[in-house]
Amino acid sequence: MPETLVLDRSGLASILSELRARDYLLVGPTIQQEAIGYGPIDSLDDLPQGWTNVQSPGASHLERRDDERLFGYVVGPHSWKKYLMPNEVVIWRGERTDTGFETVPPEPAPAYALFGVRPCEVAAIAVQDAVFMPTDRVYRERREAAFIVAVNCTQAGANCFCTSMGTGPAVGEDAVFDIAFTEVDRNGTLAYLVEAGSDDGAAVLQTVVGAEPASDADLAMLESVLQEAAASVTKTMDTDGIHDLMLANLRNGYWEDVGGRCLACTNCTMVCPTCFCNTVEDTMTLDGTTAERTRKWDSCFSIDFSYIHGGPLRMTPEARYRQWLTHKLATWFDQYGTSGCVGCGRCITWCPVGIDLTAEVAALRRVDARQGLSVPLPEVMA
Amino acid sequence: MAHAAAVATKPKLAVYKFASCDGCQLSLLDAEDALLDVAGAVHIANFLEASREVVPGPYDVSLVEGSITTPHDAERIKQVRAESKFLVVIGACATAGGIQALRNWKDVDSFTSIVYANPQYIETLQTSTPISYHVPVDFELRGCPISKEQLIEVVAAFLQGRRPNIPTYSVCVECKARGTACVMVGAGTPCLGPVTQAGCGALCPAYDRGCYGCFGPMESPNTEALEMWWRELGVSDRDIVDAFRSFNAWAEPFREASDRVEARLTVTGVTE
Ligand code: SF4
Ligand code: SF4
Ligand code: SF4
Repeated sequence: MPETLVLDRSGLASILSELRARDYLLVGPTIQQEAIGYGPIDSLDDLPQGWTNVQSPGASHLERRDDERLFGYVVGPHSWKKYLMPNEVVIWRGERTDTGFETVPPEPAPAYALFGVRPCEVAAIAVQDAVFMPTDRVYRERREAAFIVAVNCTQAGANCFCTSMGTGPAVGEDAVFDIAFTEVDRNGTLAYLVEAGSDDGAAVLQTVVGAEPASDADLAMLESVLQEAAASVTKTMDTDGIHDLMLANLRNGYWEDVGGRCLACTNCTMVCPTCFCNTVEDTMTLDGTTAERTRKWDSCFSIDFSYIHGGPLRMTPEARYRQWLTHKLATWFDQYGTSGCVGCGRCITWCPVGIDLTAEVAALRRVDARQGLSVPLPEVMA
Repeated sequence: MAHAAAVATKPKLAVYKFASCDGCQLSLLDAEDALLDVAGAVHIANFLEASREVVPGPYDVSLVEGSITTPHDAERIKQVRAESKFLVVIGACATAGGIQALRNWKDVDSFTSIVYANPQYIETLQTSTPISYHVPVDFELRGCPISKEQLIEVVAAFLQGRRPNIPTYSVCVECKARGTACVMVGAGTPCLGPVTQAGCGALCPAYDRGCYGCFGPMESPNTEALEMWWRELGVSDRDIVDAFRSFNAWAEPFREASDRVEARLTVTGVTE
């Protein structure tokens, strides 16, 4: 087990200074438009100190806390994929020459230090690693350049169900990060119990001023804090046999019910830290001298996404919702050996009509076709 | 004459106006640098907003702004169609009838009799309708007003012989792309974004306003589900009707939604 250090606020701040000295672009949680998002930070002063986000399906607002915690909230509408798998990135550019054309080499990948990555997000990054690292240059370069500072949760939000998915509220044994810490109240003062998760992380911690080794009492407190955090997770999803549940119910009439409520607006997929679907767009300047291929986020909820020769495959919202949920909870295992959902709850909070996948899975279980409880799906969708 | 030869090989572009405010045509003028490229790539043969020079048709591409509100215009658009290889209609008026389509729910004669001293000289139709009601169109570019970037994209795509990159998904995609926190989830502000087509770059939510639906219905608008959620947010049925009846009021999904909610108003006897 790596050594745990105790830092005060200035110790935590010196991690940021060191990362800046190492030329990382610092990004972390900040208040943006009545929500906590991720953006550039200069110092700890930019964090949402003393704030929390209160969430329910389709609703989220900020509230003052009665303490000055720097990390007293859960995930918001942004995820780190905005840095590792950016929404819009030029993947190819060519310029016309007298004899043909020349490829313009891509910009070097920026090196981000992601400060304040929640355990479910560390898990989500691992999920995207499995998808992109083998094949995708843009993601791989950004991912290899990134430095991850994880923060354990000490209090869950109402839409969090990380304990069901085995991803939180503390970073797991196999989690991949550079530094992880927990914010605790130590005799009336906020302190940070920190450990390194990589050689780079250990080297950065070496430079921290005023670090002291955690005492047995500190470690005991850490354990109880993390246990309380786990107990504060109230939402659950029953994942027992979920792969087969989904695949056995592809023609269940239940999908029509959720299809009637779903706006097919794409919000769930855009906020999801593991959703990776994208599209490419080719453009050329009007004078025809420069051509570009740009990659953009796309969503299985858009009609064009399933467009193949002859037309789109998934015309109805129910077909698209079914595709999304079935991929997340079943076929993702077949493709990548893991769940596509890490239980962060974003899709529940940021669905403008509050559709909650945990409730949908529970509803599907109640009409499981294998128990003869379902009504068949109408022809148009089957 | 080298100049004439160059002109002859460049595609000819014409711009027409029907019942509208000119805002969409101005987007083309407003496209500054890009317009210089457009001028280099096409011969702007008929664009009264920009130049008095008119080169007779036929035209390779015609951009049409505005809706059809008079018998004269209903005839004129047929002429424009006949002279145009590609007919691209631009803006909420041309694609959906515009704000002036609110007349479609009312009796126009009662308006003309109030507004004009001699209403017998007014020759107008009972309805304001999109161009596609009168002639086949090749592309509909949405927006009130249109986005100049999208307009340039459509012109460029036409010149380069490819399909324009004009997505038909919801405004929500653009909110998320620019990192805007949803105003409906965050502040409980009613927003038409989930049923409205992208194109504006999700301007209003970025300034804490709900979407007004300027780009018309998205590809699969579930107005009923949105309407139910709005009611939970405390929006009255009257306000729901009004929200759907703006620039794109006559676009079918929005029209159906406003009629459906209005019918409920009538049934329950509440009119205000
Ligand atoms: S599906 Fe929903 S809960 Fe699961 S990881 Fe994605 S956003 Fe989070
Ligand atoms: S589940 Fe919710 S967020 Fe996702 S597409 Fe449907 S309405 Fe939008
Ligand atoms: S603010 Fe409106 S357009 Fe933006 S995500 Fe929310 S519902 Fe969609």
